[in-house]
Amino acid sequence: MLEKASWLTPVLYVILILYAILTFVPFAWALSASFKPLSEIVSGADGLIPQQFTLENYQQIFIQEPLFGRWLFNSIFVAVCVTLGNLIFNSMAGYALARIRFPGNQIFFFLILAVLMVPGQVTLIPTFLILKSLGWLNSYQGLIVPSIVNATFIFMMRQFFINFPKELEEAAALDGLGYLETFFQIVLPLAKPALAAQAIFIFMGSWNNFLTPLLILSETEMFTLPLGLNTFKGQYISYWNYIMAASMMFTLPALLIYAFFNRYFIRGVTFTGSKG
Amino acid sequence: MAPTFLIMGVFLLLPIFLAIILSFYRVQPLGDVSYTFRGWRNFWRMFSDERVRIALKNTVEYVAIVVPTQTLLALTLALVLNTQIKGKNFFRVLFFLPTVTSSAVLTLIFMWICNSNGLLNRFLAVLGLPTYNWLGDPSVALKAIMLMNIWATAPLFMVIYLAAMQDIPETLYEAATLDGASAWDKLIYITLPFLQPVTFFIIVMGIIGTFQLFDQSYIFSRGSGGPNNSTLTVVLLIYQYAFKNLDMGYAAALALMLALVIMIVTLIQRMWIQEENFN
Repeated sequence: MLEKASWLTPVLYVILILYAILTFVPFAWALSASFKPLSEIVSGADGLIPQQFTLENYQQIFIQEPLFGRWLFNSIFVAVCVTLGNLIFNSMAGYALARIRFPGNQIFFFLILAVLMVPGQVTLIPTFLILKSLGWLNSYQGLIVPSIVNATFIFMMRQFFINFPKELEEAAALDGLGYLETFFQIVLPLAKPALAAQAIFIFMGSWNNFLTPLLILSETEMFTLPLGLNTFKGQYISYWNYIMAASMMFTLPALLIYAFFNRYFIRGVTFTGSKG
Repeated sequence: MAPTFLIMGVFLLLPIFLAIILSFYRVQPLGDVSYTFRGWRNFWRMFSDERVRIALKNTVEYVAIVVPTQTLLALTLALVLNTQIKGKNFFRVLFFLPTVTSSAVLTLIFMWICNSNGLLNRFLAVLGLPTYNWLGDPSVALKAIMLMNIWATAPLFMVIYLAAMQDIPETLYEAATLDGASAWDKLIYITLPFLQPVTFFIIVMGIIGTFQLFDQSYIFSRGSGGPNNSTLTVVLLIYQYAFKNLDMGYAAALALMLALVIMIVTLIQRMWIQEENFN
């Protein structure tokens, strides 16, 4: 930890404030543009506060672009399903690996480690072909099912449960609870911080995912927001007011979740990060 | 357990296995998928493929610039935020903003700032400097993506650094103070050596992440890798071969090559960190 030298403090503040400006200005600028008419953006008379404040850009994206609402729904629906699935499956698998001796326990563990090492690009093309042969291209199940388990978080949950006090479960066993009851009634409620961190990561990952939907979706009705936004950019190439309004609609939910769960998010970064 | 195993089998293990098989075939995915055995030819083809060379060159250049820069920036920010300074929680939250924002949105905001009528050129004009067509210039396009990603990824590593700094025993600093060490001495002889394993980890994570660059290049160039192939990356090339040229076998071979590079980096990291533990 650095000493609090008198000359140092102002220097540190200058660094922090400069970087804060660098971080914040692009967002502030984009947000303000989403409330400006195009003429004001193009004219060059653009302060951060719109001279002619307008909601027309937001009306435009929802009314003139009827699919925008659908894309928003698709994104939310897929992200919620993927998150719930991951929470249940990764935790159960992680718990089983940490606690239950079942045949193939070791093999399964090494398979997970192996999968962790292989980058996602390898599985892209085969996954596409598998989804195609299942007839799942352009479908919700095609978007959801393949990403409903995640090797990284199975591993993380295993590490979490291995350090978990055994006594509680032994007490539960004495009370006559089975594996499933112990898991859902005793273990899971105590794993809330790990679950929260996982939920935020998976939700953000799904919400922001661009590549997978790009490959398996071709009907615009099925698009998620990142793809929709990309299409949108193509249609309204120089209508930066609309593009920025759409971008803000896409960013807002993620920001709200982040602001709300900030603590867990940062804990999750360090948990998955420094332990990997 | 059973459903997890089933899904992992079908959507993680089977694809890895299939990827290896596909790379020896010519795969044509339209209508009924057709396969023709091609032996090692997909792999030989890479060596004479001009676009593979360009994509590799762009990707390596990207990794070589982005990884050291974002690591240094993350370290600097973490060091500053680890002092007894007021309002550090506010700064932590603020700095994290680009990390939670989707790459699609970030790319659009950056393209808007860099367009010929955008904020960057306005700013230059105010200073009396010449303005420029940033997005159309092949020599600038990749640099813009680099800047954007450094800016978006550094806070993530900053948080990992901050966590690691909490583990440095306070007694070390107290002892150093008694010995008359300056703040600079403490940084050089205590903090940085302590952070060495984390730094190595962050560099490896950085390399793995940057090798997989796709979204930004795709959105920036509308999938083409332009202008003049300047934003063509390995993953974008895999995408183009698989889904534009419909040559999935060759694309699978390219993906395996990328996986090999990434796995070698990961293995080096594992070995290194194990050695650290033994010492």
